[in-house]
Amino acid sequence: MKQPLIEFTNVSKSFGANHVLRGASFRVFPGEVTTLIGKSGSGKSVMLRLIIGLLAPDSGEILFDGRPLAGMNKQERKAFKRKFSYMFQGAALFDSMTVFENIALPLMERTTLPKAEIQRRVRDKMRQLDLHQIEDKNPAVLSGGMKKRVALARALVTDPEIVLFDEPTTGLDPIRKNAVHSLISDYQKRYRFTSVVVSHEIPDVFYISQHIAMIDQGRILFEGSPEEIQNVSDVNIQSFIRGMESRRDELTGLSHRRQGERRFSQEIARLKRHNSAFSLVLLVFENLPEINAKMGHEAGQTVLKEFAIGLQKHLRVTDTCSRYGMDKILMLLPDTTREQAHMVCSKLTHEIRRTEIAPSKSLESLCFVVKAGFAEAMQDNRIEDVLERAETAPDTIFEFRIC
Amino acid sequence: MNSVAELQRPVARLGAAAIGIVQELGAYTLFTLKGLWHIFTFPLQIAKILNQVYFIGMKSVLVICLTGAFTGMVLGFQGYYSLVKFGSEGFLGAAVALSLVRELGPVLTAIMVVGRAGSAMAAEIGIMRISEQIDALETMDIDPLRFLVSPKIAASLISFPLLTAVFDVVGIFGGYLTGSILLGINPHIYYARVESGVLLEDVTGGFIKSVVFGLVVVTICCYQGYYTHKRVDGFGAKGVSLATTSAVVKSCVLVLVVDYVLTSFLM
Repeated sequence: MKQPLIEFTNVSKSFGANHVLRGASFRVFPGEVTTLIGKSGSGKSVMLRLIIGLLAPDSGEILFDGRPLAGMNKQERKAFKRKFSYMFQGAALFDSMTVFENIALPLMERTTLPKAEIQRRVRDKMRQLDLHQIEDKNPAVLSGGMKKRVALARALVTDPEIVLFDEPTTGLDPIRKNAVHSLISDYQKRYRFTSVVVSHEIPDVFYISQHIAMIDQGRILFEGSPEEIQNVSDVNIQSFIRGMESRRDELTGLSHRRQGERRFSQEIARLKRHNSAFSLVLLVFENLPEINAKMGHEAGQTVLKEFAIGLQKHLRVTDTCSRYGMDKILMLLPDTTREQAHMVCSKLTHEIRRTEIAPSKSLESLCFVVKAGFAEAMQDNRIEDVLERAETAPDTIFEFRIC
Repeated sequence: MNSVAELQRPVARLGAAAIGIVQELGAYTLFTLKGLWHIFTFPLQIAKILNQVYFIGMKSVLVICLTGAFTGMVLGFQGYYSLVKFGSEGFLGAAVALSLVRELGPVLTAIMVVGRAGSAMAAEIGIMRISEQIDALETMDIDPLRFLVSPKIAASLISFPLLTAVFDVVGIFGGYLTGSILLGINPHIYYARVESGVLLEDVTGGFIKSVVFGLVVVTICCYQGYYTHKRVDGFGAKGVSLATTSAVVKSCVLVLVVDYVLTSFLM
């Protein structure tokens, strides 16, 4: 059993007569993205504020690395705070400073780095977040989405061990929203940082999270993996998730993973009844991290979006596509045998043209590597089994480059 | 039972009010002490202090010159007509200079700076509070008191005596304009009386006052802004407006109260 990094035990917090938390217990594990979901005003932001010590609990205990926060002395508290970064819901930028000064502030005040190094780090973060030519601007003149990204840059510039994100993507367009998710996921993989995300982006946020906690009426209603929460039978949880879910994936216009899985079970039923063969194809965008690193996360997400649109043009009416992860697309081909699926894959490698995927000139120097794995479903197969076969069997994998 | 509770209510209220005042005073004292302490913690925030000296001091010079000149001119008039009744109008220089150096200079400078810079400080810090900027500093492990308040305190301690000096000099010149040029007192006598009437201890006393006023004004204005979110009478923008108002009112009243206390000690 993994040792939690942050642990809430029976934490309560009230503001006057408003009892926000009534004995909430939950855990955050190191190196994982933990997402807090729940209705607006259910106390998600209060939990983040409790973690970082902006608020103190009325009762209950918050442990960090097994030690109670309340028992820390001044020095320990300082060391504790230095591991954290906090991205505020309303950005909380210093409006009397320029964008550059805002992002540089934690480095200027907390470190003794030379100016040139600070400048390099700040510019680096700004480039990663597609913040160009706004260094000397005042936060007041920026758009809401831009402010969010400046706040994100400020939170990440110190390379923190733990980052608390309070609704990092609210109010952003689908590409930027996915770019922020991709950035969080990328950071987590690269630096193994721990993060707690408060978000309403269901199911997008499930693709990047390892741990989900749902809060309702001051208590934690559910805690577990994204797969577990989607399969849990509790009516409250299901109706909440369904209510938040948009009909289609905002970025790609494809259906969601869950709809893809539902379609799979329908096809399995058809297979049992009519013995009609069907196949799955899993497309994985292999070099998305490379595109993200070289061209920025926004460019990466744009490519993914254009690829999904291009892909649909080449499919039959009966075929369905759904987004299966940050960089994965699931295709379901009814009435298709393994051999036919093979043909579909090889056809795709020839037909999808670069002009469809990357109309923008800035991406000209890059190739896109897509891996397509296919497998035919058998009776009594679970979707995981079929996908595993599609991903691993060596003779069923196509790798194609679009240059 | 009810009647006992009824009887206890005014007592309870009085007690709650008294505890509230004591708590507020304690919080204010701690705020001031911490703010003062962080002026001297390393690394020193020289650039920020100079910036604030420019804002509090340099930008107030014009206002101080104007008020100083007219105060001196009025003193010249009033002093002349009072003194002439006793045939001692020659003492006008000393009368104008002493009232300015010992009393009006420090007090009026403080009150003018409250209006010009104090209200701005309260509003600035108040807005930073309600827009979570102060929370953001805390999460970055940057002490908001050190970052926002200490440079302002240091700058006030530097600016107030200098502004008071400007006020005194301009005021004495204003007295000369009305006393000598309009009403005909010999300018040599006017300045000779200024020189002989004002002693070093008068000047020192005036400066002590202005330093104390500087501390009182800046800490009250910053304190009101800093705790905008704890106000019970208004939140958000209304909270900031109330914080600014009470910063101005409280610091003006306190300047006069402290002036009385200091005068009684310095006399």
